[in-house]
Amino acid sequence: MSARATRRKAVNLVAGVVAGAAALLSLLALGSILWTLVARGLPALHWSVLTTSMAPTGENGGLANAIVGSLIQVALGMAVAVPIGIMAGTYLSEYARGSKLGDVIRFVSDILLSAPSILVGLFVYVLLVATTNTYSGFAGGIALAVIAIPMIVRTTEDMLSLVPVALREAAAALGAPKWKVVTLIAWRAAGSGISTGILLALARVAGETAPLLFTSLGNLNWSTSLGKPMASLPLTIYQYAGSPYDDLVQLAWTGALLVTLGVLAINIIAQLALSRKR
Amino acid sequence: MAADSPQVASLGDVVGRHDTMDGSKPFITTRNLDFYYGENQALKSINLDFPERRVTALIGPSGCGKSTLLRVINRMYSLYPGQRATGEVMMGGVNLIDPKVDPTELRSRIGMVFQKPTPFPMSIYENIAFGLRLHEKLSKGAMDERVEWSLRKAAIWEETKDRLNTSALGMSGGQQQRLCIARTIAVRPQVLLFDEPTSALDPISTAKVEELIAELRTEFTILIVTHSMQQAARCSDQTAFMYLGQVVEAGATAQIFTNPREQKTREYVTGRFG
Amino acid sequence: MTGAAGTLAAAAPPPVVAGPASSRGKERLFAGTVTTSGLLVFGLLGAIILMLLLGAWPALKTFGPTFFWNPIWDSVADQYGAGVMIYGTLATSLLALIIAVPLAMGVAYALTEIVPQALRRPIGILIQLLAAIPSIIYGMWGFFILAPYIAEHVVLNVADAFADVPVLNRVFDYGSGNNLFTAGLVLAVMILPLITAMFVEVLGATPVILKESVYGLGATRFEVIRHVALPYGKRAFIGAIMLGLGRALGETMAVTFVIGNATRLSPSIFAQGATISSTIANEFNEAGGGSLKLAALLGLGVTLFVISFIVLSISRALVGRRVEN
Repeated sequence: MSARATRRKAVNLVAGVVAGAAALLSLLALGSILWTLVARGLPALHWSVLTTSMAPTGENGGLANAIVGSLIQVALGMAVAVPIGIMAGTYLSEYARGSKLGDVIRFVSDILLSAPSILVGLFVYVLLVATTNTYSGFAGGIALAVIAIPMIVRTTEDMLSLVPVALREAAAALGAPKWKVVTLIAWRAAGSGISTGILLALARVAGETAPLLFTSLGNLNWSTSLGKPMASLPLTIYQYAGSPYDDLVQLAWTGALLVTLGVLAINIIAQLALSRKR
Repeated sequence: MAADSPQVASLGDVVGRHDTMDGSKPFITTRNLDFYYGENQALKSINLDFPERRVTALIGPSGCGKSTLLRVINRMYSLYPGQRATGEVMMGGVNLIDPKVDPTELRSRIGMVFQKPTPFPMSIYENIAFGLRLHEKLSKGAMDERVEWSLRKAAIWEETKDRLNTSALGMSGGQQQRLCIARTIAVRPQVLLFDEPTSALDPISTAKVEELIAELRTEFTILIVTHSMQQAARCSDQTAFMYLGQVVEAGATAQIFTNPREQKTREYVTGRFG
Repeated sequence: MTGAAGTLAAAAPPPVVAGPASSRGKERLFAGTVTTSGLLVFGLLGAIILMLLLGAWPALKTFGPTFFWNPIWDSVADQYGAGVMIYGTLATSLLALIIAVPLAMGVAYALTEIVPQALRRPIGILIQLLAAIPSIIYGMWGFFILAPYIAEHVVLNVADAFADVPVLNRVFDYGSGNNLFTAGLVLAVMILPLITAMFVEVLGATPVILKESVYGLGATRFEVIRHVALPYGKRAFIGAIMLGLGRALGETMAVTFVIGNATRLSPSIFAQGATISSTIANEFNEAGGGSLKLAALLGLGVTLFVISFIVLSISRALVGRRVEN
């Protein structure tokens, strides 16, 4: 074997070893995160965490109001975002192919998609909090909606563009008007993909903290009123993690575990739904 | 066929000189039909008669405009901006490419079956019912009856009657294509357009579809675009040979395949180009 | 073929005319609804820009364009400039890229070329799941695990090592565990799954026939990646890196926990610092409604928007054009 060939083999081997080391290092870091989360969050995960509301240190509080607050705001956000996102994505895919306006809206949606979420919080603050003089669960829900909309727009458009043209033409050839081709055929064919996208958007907003900081603010007490400040799991984690009291820090870890489990569960369901379709 | 073409010099006028077959009257006639994809002219002065309850085959090399012609007749092109047709496509005294004609209504009269099977992502029953619901309000009983009728017509009832509520996506390609034919005739059109209906099918499924076309001929006016000259010869009463967006020659199928008038047609049907 | 109603098709149909007006009305209604939704998305961005500018206006008017580079952020004197935060944002994000990109490249290489076929899909899914973990979790991990470790094992040792080297002793000065370096590290870990997933996708997009034809010449795996896959996906790789950068630039929670939130400028990467988003998150609730400080914080928001807009546009130009090719 020539020296050159030997050297090339050696380079290849070294590259493989380096890549393997990088992979191990990455897995180590990410494994450390998951391990910490479980090791610190699990010991304090009791039913009482889910059934009692937040309380000052030493009073055995739970996270019930934060969980319910999160559910309410996420539900509100998705209720606003899903119809708007699907409709706008449908517009881009079915009505704006090749049009200038469509290109602009697609670009704008992409910018929204990667806009820092804290900016959305600032936006909703100026729009809804500064004008009404009160932080509110409603403002929090709207902030989450603004984050979810571009995600849903993107998946809807992508999934609809995967629907074969032949299927649309076949429906049109039976005499279906365009809106029926879209709603009865294209939406249906893209249904599982769009649902997956909605689930992923749901998972994403469920873990968002920054946009809630200046919109729903957080609330130490039980409150389900959309017009008042509202607690949420990520905000509570943020507040408790920085506190000097061990019991509150412990609750923060438990909350972090809950949020992560929830987000991962939704993601896994979404992945399974997609792979079963394939 | 009518010999009233105004432009004597164009190739399309050759059509005017052949004999009308067995005296059946034309159901659709095209006159001076031009078609454009943007700037590109894809059909040039098409003058053809499609006789009622007969099968007309459109043959020719890829890109000759034969599929385009089908898509003009059911106005499929109007789905896309930048595509336009001029001239006449007359059916029942109405010019089908007149913008005033509602394409959805028109397509309930002129059904189309595509190259590849296009089952909708729903049950077999719903695939048929989809088209019916677009145009008619039927009771549950009448709907069931019509679904069965169309599936029988498409010779697929025996295979599907026990699984009407299962997804159509689970059928074989040949079954799917016959389902699409059933779906198309369920709406009770008068004309059926077949765009290379067997190009994605195996020989056995192809034979079944061809058999089906032969039977449907008694009730529908049929246009079939095909790449297979054997298929054109087996299935059709009349054949038009197209080349570069024009009709080179049209006539009784037997004549086109055994005794073509044009050199180009002879070369094509004998397989010397295409 | 004995039809239940054999001659249904024979019924004479009415002539083809225009469809019922109601159906065209529904068509218009649907088209109108989707178009309105599209315009709403368009308007959303306009509204965000407008609201941010509106809120930031008092600060922008008071400080003029110097707001964007002035390194003084002093709540007591009511003097505000974005200089320190812009530096902190860029420094932590670039640090994150420097760490994450080689790692992601290594993982992607290992995943597409070395790891057995059967493990690729599960690992790919694992990476996607890791990318979905909320950023606040990364922040907590950084705060409770990484920062103490850095303080104990990294800062002291590195600062000791460079104590006598000019310039470098300023860059690696003594400090706490909550600093720019730790923030960059947390960001690196956070964007690692994201970039890796995109890299794997780009590597997978190299046409098999292209790779095989180079293997056919006797090339090693590394050479195929180096000389075929990398050049082939160059634009997409850079686009993916820019997307990762965009994500790091705007990240709030992962950074706020570990950066120390000091609005002073320091040449040391072990010094406490601040990013745009960490400052907004930290100081917003201290700023009264209508105050100059609030306007300055919104001005920071405008700054962040401009930065991420630029990064995204570059990324889109690179990736977008590639898709069209």
